Amino acid sequence: MAEPLPVLEMTGIVKEFPGVRALSGVDFRLFPGEIHALLGENGAGKSTLIKVLTGVHSLDGGTITLNGTNVRFASPSQAQQAGVSTVYQEVNLCPNLSVAENIFIGREPTRFGRIQWKRLRREAAELVDRLGLDIDVTAPLSSYPLAVQQLVAIVRSVGTGDADGQGAGTKVLILDEPTSSLDRDEVLELFALMRRLKDEGVAILFVSHFLDQIYEVCDRMTVLRNGALVGEHMVRDLDQVGLVQLMIGKALDQLEELHDQQLHSDVGELLLKADGLGRVGGIAPFDLEIKKGEVIGLAGLLGSGRTELARLLFGADHPDSGRLTIGGKQVSMSAPNDAIAAGVAFCSENRKTEGLVPDLTVRENIILALQATRGWTRPIPIAQRDELVAKYIKALDIRPANPEARVGQLSGGNQQKVLLARWLITQPKLLILDEPTRGIDVGAKAEIQKLVVSLSEDGMAVLYIAAELEEVLRLSHTIGVLRDRKLVAQLANGPEITTTRILETIASGEHQ
Amino acid sequence: MSTTTQRPTAADSRTTSKAARVLGDRRLPVLVTAGLFLVMYVIGLSRYQNYGFAESQVFLNLFIDNSYLLVAAVGATFVILSGGIDLSVGSVIGFTTMFTAWLVERQGLPIVVVIPMALAVGAFGGFLMGYVIQNFEIQPFIVTLAGLFLFRGLCLVISKESISIGDSSVSSMAQTQVSLGGAFLSIGAIVALVVLAAAFYVLHYTRFGRRVYAIGGNEQSALLMGLPQGGTKIAVYTMSGFCSALAGLLFTLYIQSGDPLHATGMELDAIAAVVIGGTLLTGGSGYVIGTLFGVLVLGLIKSLIQFEGTLSSWWTKIATGVLLCAFILIQRAMTSRRKT
Amino acid sequence: MTTTPRWRALTHHHLFWPVAVLVILLLVNVPFTPDFFAIKMTDGHLYGSLVSIVLFGSPLILVAVGMTLVIATGGIDLSVGAVVAITGALTCSYISDQADQSALSGVFLALGIGLVAAIVCGLWNGFLVARMGIQPIIATLIIMVAGRGVAQLITDGQIITVNSEPYKLIGGGYWLTLPFSIFIVAAVVAVTVAITRRTALGLLVESVGGNAEASRLVGIRSMRIKIMVYVFCALCAGIAGLMISSNTSAADGNNAGLWIELDAILAVVIGGTSLLGGRFSIGGTVVGALVIQTLTTTIYTIGVPTQTNLVFKAAVVIIVCLMQSPKFRAKVFGAKFGGKQAAAPAPAETAPAAEASPKMEVS
Repeated sequence: MAEPLPVLEMTGIVKEFPGVRALSGVDFRLFPGEIHALLGENGAGKSTLIKVLTGVHSLDGGTITLNGTNVRFASPSQAQQAGVSTVYQEVNLCPNLSVAENIFIGREPTRFGRIQWKRLRREAAELVDRLGLDIDVTAPLSSYPLAVQQLVAIVRSVGTGDADGQGAGTKVLILDEPTSSLDRDEVLELFALMRRLKDEGVAILFVSHFLDQIYEVCDRMTVLRNGALVGEHMVRDLDQVGLVQLMIGKALDQLEELHDQQLHSDVGELLLKADGLGRVGGIAPFDLEIKKGEVIGLAGLLGSGRTELARLLFGADHPDSGRLTIGGKQVSMSAPNDAIAAGVAFCSENRKTEGLVPDLTVRENIILALQATRGWTRPIPIAQRDELVAKYIKALDIRPANPEARVGQLSGGNQQKVLLARWLITQPKLLILDEPTRGIDVGAKAEIQKLVVSLSEDGMAVLYIAAELEEVLRLSHTIGVLRDRKLVAQLANGPEITTTRILETIASGEHQ
Repeated sequence: MSTTTQRPTAADSRTTSKAARVLGDRRLPVLVTAGLFLVMYVIGLSRYQNYGFAESQVFLNLFIDNSYLLVAAVGATFVILSGGIDLSVGSVIGFTTMFTAWLVERQGLPIVVVIPMALAVGAFGGFLMGYVIQNFEIQPFIVTLAGLFLFRGLCLVISKESISIGDSSVSSMAQTQVSLGGAFLSIGAIVALVVLAAAFYVLHYTRFGRRVYAIGGNEQSALLMGLPQGGTKIAVYTMSGFCSALAGLLFTLYIQSGDPLHATGMELDAIAAVVIGGTLLTGGSGYVIGTLFGVLVLGLIKSLIQFEGTLSSWWTKIATGVLLCAFILIQRAMTSRRKT
Repeated sequence: MTTTPRWRALTHHHLFWPVAVLVILLLVNVPFTPDFFAIKMTDGHLYGSLVSIVLFGSPLILVAVGMTLVIATGGIDLSVGAVVAITGALTCSYISDQADQSALSGVFLALGIGLVAAIVCGLWNGFLVARMGIQPIIATLIIMVAGRGVAQLITDGQIITVNSEPYKLIGGGYWLTLPFSIFIVAAVVAVTVAITRRTALGLLVESVGGNAEASRLVGIRSMRIKIMVYVFCALCAGIAGLMISSNTSAADGNNAGLWIELDAILAVVIGGTSLLGGRFSIGGTVVGALVIQTLTTTIYTIGVPTQTNLVFKAAVVIIVCLMQSPKFRAKVFGAKFGGKQAAAPAPAETAPAAEASPKMEVS
């Protein structure tokens, strides 16, 4: 069977920033009607490659051909015109406009300059229908959850050019981490749409960290490491272990050691007790006990209430019922300050919106929580402050190791470490980690998990939320299972607890 | 096995619930303003009915006396919808009055020649500000503040003292009455209503208007969606300058003089009218109809105080402040309930 | 030719451009007034252009310093002019009712009343912004509109004059050969710098302005901090109000502090603090206020008609802001001089063209 010609071919791509070679001679090709995964750790060059393709960055070397013709795009809109569209993780649409408008804005059907609303709505509805989606196109985009907004973004990019009959129609669709915030149903809906587009001949470039999903929906994958091409394989030819080895170049055995280590470590006396703590619309009233040095992992699908539970324990949200006792004393959680004073720390999953102050330096971000506990009148002495900051930068291997760097300029993994350092400095009794490994590379993931184990050995209790069940299984003494905003089971971890068992518990909603 | 997502409004089905739609409807603030206007008008009717408040001319006077503010506020609406702000409105109005007065009285130019000149100058000023804001990424607040100083300064440069207009064509234009049933409207009011209608059309029926909303909603997204966001931004400020100049012409007609102190602070009136009309200062949400009601509310406050009669000028300020405060608190209460 | 690292460090210092503009403005005077920088001693007081600049600029410096903290939290305060008027009106009104207007106890009580009124205004603004969540422009607009009415209500529409020696000292008197107001300004600036940089208040304010939600989750009581800064701003405006009315020994509800808020905001921006909130610089604000005052003085001394004052002000503002804009510098001087944003980004973050690109979590 002769291989069809690639619709997109990038050869020898070189991109340099001052002082850094982001891409050194990368080759990449994309065939029509295939779903192609682009993989690599942070700093591997995935996003730079895409930015170079779509015209956000300029090319320093190499060629790009689209359907055989040499192209070089100067801006994303040029790329769009030529049929290369990108849908980003933070959906880039206008939430204040309707779905139909978002699909058509910039090329609304007009007659003598006057927008024809009826036709616009009708065509939008047809487009949505054709792709098998069930969305009310007249509703404002903001009334839909992120998952649906993402689908609308894809509809928009697919529809490019269709309305006027001009334009190229999408040939290449780039999806950048589209599933990070979706629950299982939404992921399936997205995959269904992707497959439908694939049948229409669209070539899809799929960037993701979720290895399971890549194996589920992709045909081919390209792996980058440190700005260079490491390999291009058909998905069926390479298994997960081999893939991870390609990506980080070292084996995963160390992580297995952690599992054994954890199962054999001890926990101390009772630290925290929640009685009937709940919040309407957030999580049903639950009882929970956490002991010193215990790692409690929360397992559940997205939207099951894990973050809501964690936020109640921290006082980030006000509970509607129940009581919280820490260290024997009842605590009133009307604001995070009370929790922090009681020794609870909370590392949010939205590190950009709820975690870091981007214009402040690494040092200031790290010291912030500790300073806040002392109030504004008692600043931390400078020598002590610098010593603490240097200590944690070293311990967590934060790069660049410069305390005066603006934290907004660090990579995702390092930003996560800064956030961790901030809370570790306060020496909490309970550390709540909400998706600490999301969006960061495999190497850093392993480091953070090792850190959690060592903290628990030192007597810190940890509440650990992660989308990947393996992580939860690996690290926890106890696993709390959530479903539909209810804590349905608490399982003591042991050899008989497997991913399957947990999934079954989620499915049935009962403790078995 | 289905799981709920984090937003209650979307639930299981793809269509949103009726109640959520009503509260989330962006037209709600406009209705609230319109309601408040009606309530205030009824209060006025009941209190001053023996003083002639019930006459229809009182209502039409709202349009006559505030025509210039309406035009200025319409221009401000465009800017605020796009996520920006224009502090130069009052100064452009003041400059236009002085510029017009000077050209007509001291240079002897006929008013028909002066009108397009004034409009061009205002539009050009807006264009310059928009250009700087867009291309050098300086905050609109500062750039239009500089514009405020610039135009006020130019106004002073033309003349330190007031120039009153005695030109006959101007005064006849000012006194023309367009009759409407038993009452009448001025030319200024007609112009203002035409501008309002044109703005409505542009915002809701042209691609440019939709781009204004898009930029205000999420500028970064608009850029990534391939919209000519830069050109739109510059156009919005140019429009605001044009509207300010037009408002200045209407004001000149109303007050028949040029004075360096004219319209000082009027940009804040315009912004207040826009905000009262339900447009969000953050951009992307709002309607010019709302602005119309905002202007009417402000005009009605002045009118009510006039009818009350005994209030000195400082009580007017206090009353305006109190009413503004009450309105903002009510609006805040309504919108915060909207965000479930 | 490459620039030396020291020159680059100097030009990148956030105070460089404001100070440069100030120096240029001062030097412009010299051809017209050769003894511009001269300071003479007359009647036991120091006189000279430099002294007058600081003297006349004192109220603006005060208001601008207060405004800096408000802007650092991401807000703005348009009511300061009205607060200036209210404070002057209350104080003068009380003093003028006294039998002996120079009695110290009466004067101190009057000062107290005036400043308490200012603090009340600040609390009101803080309440609206921090507790009710109303946008600062609109929230402070209320006092801006109603406040002047209140001031005129207090003075009954007249200009109240007082004849009080101790009161005169504040804005118009001298101490140790220098105008007394300079001492007040120096004290306020020193206290502000000490409080914000010696304690953690500066860090917390910058954090609240930089990311309000993250600050809340870190345990910073943002509401308290915001209310504090609005009260501080109003207090500074109140002191400025005392200075202004003391200087003329009169209170004018209509004109005192008119449009001082715009000048104050300008001073803050010229000094390098961003209107979006976050990092602030008190020193920068002081320089910014001096720039504005020097501009007014320069126009006067070089004999340009005073009505062009505003045009020049506009020009200076635009020039300083353009120089501070990395995009402008890049366009005009080329990317080498483009400032920190155009220079080396880490590969994980944005290069200049990518300002428009979405923030991706991975690279």
